[in-house]
Amino acid sequence: MKMTIKRSILVAAVALGFAAPAFAAGPAIEYQAQNWSFNGPFGTFDRGELQRGYQVYKEVCAACHSMKYVAFRNLRDIGFTEAEVKALAATFQVVDGPDDSGEMFERPALPSDKFPSPFPNEKAARSANGGAYPVDLSLVAKARVGGPDYLYALLTGYKEPPADFTVGEGLHYNEAFPGHQIAMPQPLNADQVTYADGKPATVEQMARDVSAFLMWAAEPKLEDRKRMGLKVMIFLIIMTGLFFAAKKRIWRDVH
Amino acid sequence: MADNTSGFYSNPLVKWIEYRLPVFSAFDHMVGTQYPAPKNLNYWWNFGSLAGLCLVIQIVTGIVLVMHYTPHTSLAFDSVEHIMRDVNYGWLLRYMHANGASMFFIAVYIHIFRGLYYGSYKQPREILWFLGLIIFLLMMATAFMGYVLPWGQMSFWGATVITNLFSALPLVGEPIVTWLWGGFSVDNPTLNRFFSLHYLLPFVIVGIVILHILALHQHGSNNPLGIDTKGPQDKIPFHPYYTIKDLFGIGVFLIFFSFFLFYAPNFLGHPDNYIPADPLVTPEHIVPEWYFLPFYAILRSVPDKLGGVLLMFGAILILFLLPWLDTSKVRSAKFRPIYKQLFWVFVLACVGLTYAGGQPPEGLALIIGRVCTVYYFVHILVLMPLVGWFEKPHKLPASISEAVLKGDAAPGAAGSKA
Amino acid sequence: MAGTATQKAGTTEPTRRDFIVIAAGAFGAVGAAAAVWPFIDQMNPSADVLALSSTEVDLSQIAPGQSVTILWRGKPVFVRHRTEAEIKQAQEDDAAALPDPQKDADRVQKPEWLVMMGVCTHLGCVPLGQKGEFGGWFCPCHGSHYDTSGRIRKGPAPSNLPVPEYTFLNDTRIRIG
Repeated sequence: MKMTIKRSILVAAVALGFAAPAFAAGPAIEYQAQNWSFNGPFGTFDRGELQRGYQVYKEVCAACHSMKYVAFRNLRDIGFTEAEVKALAATFQVVDGPDDSGEMFERPALPSDKFPSPFPNEKAARSANGGAYPVDLSLVAKARVGGPDYLYALLTGYKEPPADFTVGEGLHYNEAFPGHQIAMPQPLNADQVTYADGKPATVEQMARDVSAFLMWAAEPKLEDRKRMGLKVMIFLIIMTGLFFAAKKRIWRDVH
Repeated sequence: MADNTSGFYSNPLVKWIEYRLPVFSAFDHMVGTQYPAPKNLNYWWNFGSLAGLCLVIQIVTGIVLVMHYTPHTSLAFDSVEHIMRDVNYGWLLRYMHANGASMFFIAVYIHIFRGLYYGSYKQPREILWFLGLIIFLLMMATAFMGYVLPWGQMSFWGATVITNLFSALPLVGEPIVTWLWGGFSVDNPTLNRFFSLHYLLPFVIVGIVILHILALHQHGSNNPLGIDTKGPQDKIPFHPYYTIKDLFGIGVFLIFFSFFLFYAPNFLGHPDNYIPADPLVTPEHIVPEWYFLPFYAILRSVPDKLGGVLLMFGAILILFLLPWLDTSKVRSAKFRPIYKQLFWVFVLACVGLTYAGGQPPEGLALIIGRVCTVYYFVHILVLMPLVGWFEKPHKLPASISEAVLKGDAAPGAAGSKA
Repeated sequence: MAGTATQKAGTTEPTRRDFIVIAAGAFGAVGAAAAVWPFIDQMNPSADVLALSSTEVDLSQIAPGQSVTILWRGKPVFVRHRTEAEIKQAQEDDAAALPDPQKDADRVQKPEWLVMMGVCTHLGCVPLGQKGEFGGWFCPCHGSHYDTSGRIRKGPAPSNLPVPEYTFLNDTRIRIG
């Protein structure tokens, strides 16, 4: 029927419209979709992966990148015990105060403290990094189109530039970064980190682990959300089915 | 209204209250067994109650979010992360509010297009239509200000771009913009006042919705055939028929809502808003939320700043003239063969505008935006009057009952519409 | 809803409710009730507040006769390293006329460490240490006197300074809360 054809056009158009957000990205960031354990409606985090990722963050990235929205106590979620978290936190110094003489002082971190930043403020961070700001990583997995797929592509995307490409002063060629020139030098090198579980620390492995960790850091409630989603969807489907049957029953005499 | 309606009820407590404050009969007359509605309404009539549900969801989630949010530039972004990470179910409430806004606009757009198709804006429902447009304008203002509150990059730059539009007005433009900002750029004063107004406007919307429903009840709902109800044989009581149908519609809506809420909560948003606002760095492409994209496209289709602003506001303001621009004596597109096709072209144009609004205004996207903008205005200002005059509508059925009995009433029966 | 109306317009069906309608209604009601919980629970203390619900105190720097005031859950806690004389006085006062009778031994885990809320039980002011007629604390707001065990002895306060839950993690460290 004409109506259905028109309807299909509408549906197709709306579906295309829905893809609009993906198109509005600007210069295309190139990355491949990866298989993450947390993908899909039943996805969960792999605790081993997150712990390795945290290790990479702590030993490599944290030198320049803060993660100020994550607290040490949040590490309980990735499999550390309360005692481990307490001990780990205590190895970090945080600024506190003022004390009784009005001075700020440093003290070992508590589980309730957030991860300390390598620099006191953005200006100090820029000054130490040739004017470029190592962004806070708490939300980076949600703040970039492509999320962890993009992060993985970025971290494994440092390559020799093509012959006709001139790389600017102080910049490095990267396949995934928009514009292909990034201020951050390649952060991950093979065997930089010795994994506690013995996995070989290849660049790909570290990139994968830290990207997964960054996804957790950005969305620690991901598992809660999907778990609740399943219960809610099942409930709603049954409830809507019941309402439909009730509607039919009540409308029986009108049809 | 009867002097003493308490005799209507048998329960003694209900009688006691009813005698002093007739809430039960009022309720009955509004949505209960005493409010008759056309018997042939189809599922496109569910979207009014869905919009009302969305309003309630936004207000309730909004109020609890405000318990944890701080409207200061140095704390706003952090407070939203506090909600997402530390507040019990904070992530759920935040995502409900953000996605609920999108759901609200989806429901309202479908509700509006239903009105366009079935001629629900025509006499005697002109004021009902105006009130609806006012609600729409208030929703846009509310949503615009609400999006600023998390103080992300898009919050800040969207606010900057849109408030800057007013500078296009000659003479008064610049002072108005400074007045809106409370300073020389979007900054803390702007954030604070947007917070105040974002909290206020939804309650203004509630008031207008009440007027909207009062206006509706004056003459009752339109129906898919567009013909007036002739008597009780054309009507059925709202309760239980449309209460249960609305409940079913709410169930379907909640499934749709839950899909986004639990499995794609950031799909309709923009990743740049997870970057704290930075007045020194402009994002590559400043894009408003999807529900503003058609208007954004109209704005950018004109190279002149003032022209774009006037056209953008004009796009909504001409809708107030619709009851007179549409010259057809027939309400429902079901009986209007030419208008029916133009309606779908109009829908396509709106989808085209949505697409164009999300792209940088160059190349093919700009052409599409301009073509669709032209069609939008031509459709409303030129085609609707002309088609009304020259179209030969189909023969209208004598009454709703007759059409229902004959079996060719608008497809509202048997749930054939999704 | 309008179920109490005795007249219905336009229907010829009896008002008997079908099982399916009741089932649907019940399901919906359960869902609505479950949906309310997050809105109520969000007002409960958030994770960051709960993380600060306990505080550890290093006792090694507090000499006998010294007190330290710790902020815990937003309120002051007095941690006092009592002298022998104070301990003896507190234990003797077990037999005195106490408005809120309580043995000193029931208020401390180790006699030399007194840990109690620094909030007067009258109207909430912070008492001043080592003042008052009983060698303990004195509240300047309305003149309540507390002894060396923090018990109310004189004045309008109705009860002793409360002792919060605390544990000795080792000899020199306690965790309050």
